[in-house]
Amino acid sequence: MTNSHSVNSLWGPLADPAGNAGYPDGHPPRVGFFTDTSVCIGCKACEVACKEWNSLPADGADPADIDVLALTGMSYDNTGALGASTYRHVAFIEQTVPKRESATVDLGMPKPPEGDPTEVRWLMSSDVCKHCTHAACLDVCPTGALIRTEHGTVLIQDDICNGCGYCIPACPYGVIDQRKGDGGAFKCTMCQDRLGAGLEPACATACPTESIQFGPLDELRERAAARVETLHERGVPEARLYGHDPDDGVGGDGAFFLLLDEPEVYGLPPDPVVTTRDLPTMWRHATVAALTVAGTVAAAFLGSRR
Amino acid sequence: MVPDAEFTSYYGRPIIKSPTWKVPDVPLYLYLGGAAGASATLAALADVTGRPGLRRVGRLASLGGALVSVGALIHDLGRPKRFLHMLRVFKPTSPLSVGSWILMPFGTLSGLAAASEITGIAPGIGRLAGFGAGVLGPPLTTYTAVLLADTAVPAWHEGYQELPFVFAGSAMAAGGGMGLLATGDVRPARRVAIAGAVLELGATAVLERRIGYARKAYATGRPGWLLKAARAATVAGAVGALAGGRLTGRRARLVSIAAAALLNAGSAATRFGVFDAGMVSARDPAYTVVPQRERLRARAATLQS
Repeated sequence: MTNSHSVNSLWGPLADPAGNAGYPDGHPPRVGFFTDTSVCIGCKACEVACKEWNSLPADGADPADIDVLALTGMSYDNTGALGASTYRHVAFIEQTVPKRESATVDLGMPKPPEGDPTEVRWLMSSDVCKHCTHAACLDVCPTGALIRTEHGTVLIQDDICNGCGYCIPACPYGVIDQRKGDGGAFKCTMCQDRLGAGLEPACATACPTESIQFGPLDELRERAAARVETLHERGVPEARLYGHDPDDGVGGDGAFFLLLDEPEVYGLPPDPVVTTRDLPTMWRHATVAALTVAGTVAAAFLGSRR
Repeated sequence: MVPDAEFTSYYGRPIIKSPTWKVPDVPLYLYLGGAAGASATLAALADVTGRPGLRRVGRLASLGGALVSVGALIHDLGRPKRFLHMLRVFKPTSPLSVGSWILMPFGTLSGLAAASEITGIAPGIGRLAGFGAGVLGPPLTTYTAVLLADTAVPAWHEGYQELPFVFAGSAMAAGGGMGLLATGDVRPARRVAIAGAVLELGATAVLERRIGYARKAYATGRPGWLLKAARAATVAGAVGALAGGRLTGRRARLVSIAAAALLNAGSAATRFGVFDAGMVSARDPAYTVVPQRERLRARAATLQS
């Protein structure tokens, strides 16, 4: 497979990240997740399956003692956020919205009294590492611990990671974190150890409503486009895709979503851009600044020859 | 002051993860690495122009700075025993990889130059090593700006054009300031210190003017007063450096020592302030959401027109 970016590409659409990373032709297709939040029931089976399969330690929401499970006061979300030991996180949002009723047929019966014109709308969404086309975490990793896999996903090799922590603030989505007591950085592996055996990731396998769909990314994108269209036809105009677009700031996500509200409502950045897009400009500025230092120091010795 | 913009978030939680980099490890390194880099270049040129006093202070400062820097960086690792993994690969897309490959030879060469300085053994090797360190010094002073800017932290990333100049100025103010402590002719160090102070103050002012929404992170709270203190110390230090050149004898010496201390305090406060501003902007989702929303709105407006 060929693409227009022959060297390490920092930005823009990229058809084949694995090929771009150097995997030879014939590598497996790029796989990903399509998380359709319109059918998520908030059961957290994905969180549990992920913890089980990956043998992740407890990380309760109590920051003082991560072994203690705590209540966050954030609806049914007592997980809090993605982190070093949470690779799937189900967000719960309770919204008060105008009551939506299906059309009624007038049977001449007395009408019930008008009550509260609002109702509660539940938004639930299972968040995960986005496995970006242009992954800042991977690009900034100084040790080579973070790699692009043959499946086009982004993986931390734990035996290489020295816990420098650079990937953590590089991620525009706040996915990766350092595991306390261990020091290394951890995030979703897309169950690399299952993919090789022809299995689906644990979360997608456990999801009872097919809210989490796993498959070749091209196929998922088509399926997602069709799903949005169906929802729009059925009177859900707020349905929109997030992270599906190869023209977005990270070259498109390997894990993308169908949302029912603005991304920030779910704790997602509305317009993330991979920080390394600007890296060539940063190096240019740093070079000019370094030359300024060299020139200033050299000039300081001129005109005062002894 | 811009009024707080309306924005939505998920229970007010941060969107990006805060850096796990520790204080003082990382901001201390930003300061000492800069001071060491500028000192090494000063020492190399002092060597070839026959200023042994300035050379001595520069070599010792660059070794001291490099040693503490390496120690702080290893201490900051989550798995310190694996610090050598930093040299496993060379990755131009990773400022930390580039920095490791600058700092490692810089530290080694500074060590050789300082060892020769202290023992008097092999002055030729000392001169060559010192020259190597002097060449690596300037990139050591500015790559750290890229290190911070190449993240999703709004107050750092949005300053990616100005931060290298802030750090360059800050490094020259600190390294030049240390040079004021030398015996003999310190005029070059004085010029470097004053030029550095001017660049540090100017670039910081430009940064705060151009950074947009993240300005609040630099102007308020702890980073706000750290940067105010930095400004005051740097101005006072530069004035002191200037005055030290006009005075003679014991008074000149005392004023120069005070100027050196003030310039270094200012440089350090700038680094701690910039570091802190980034942490503030990482913890508050507004710094991530508001500018991105604004960007989307502007793009939609362009598409419509």
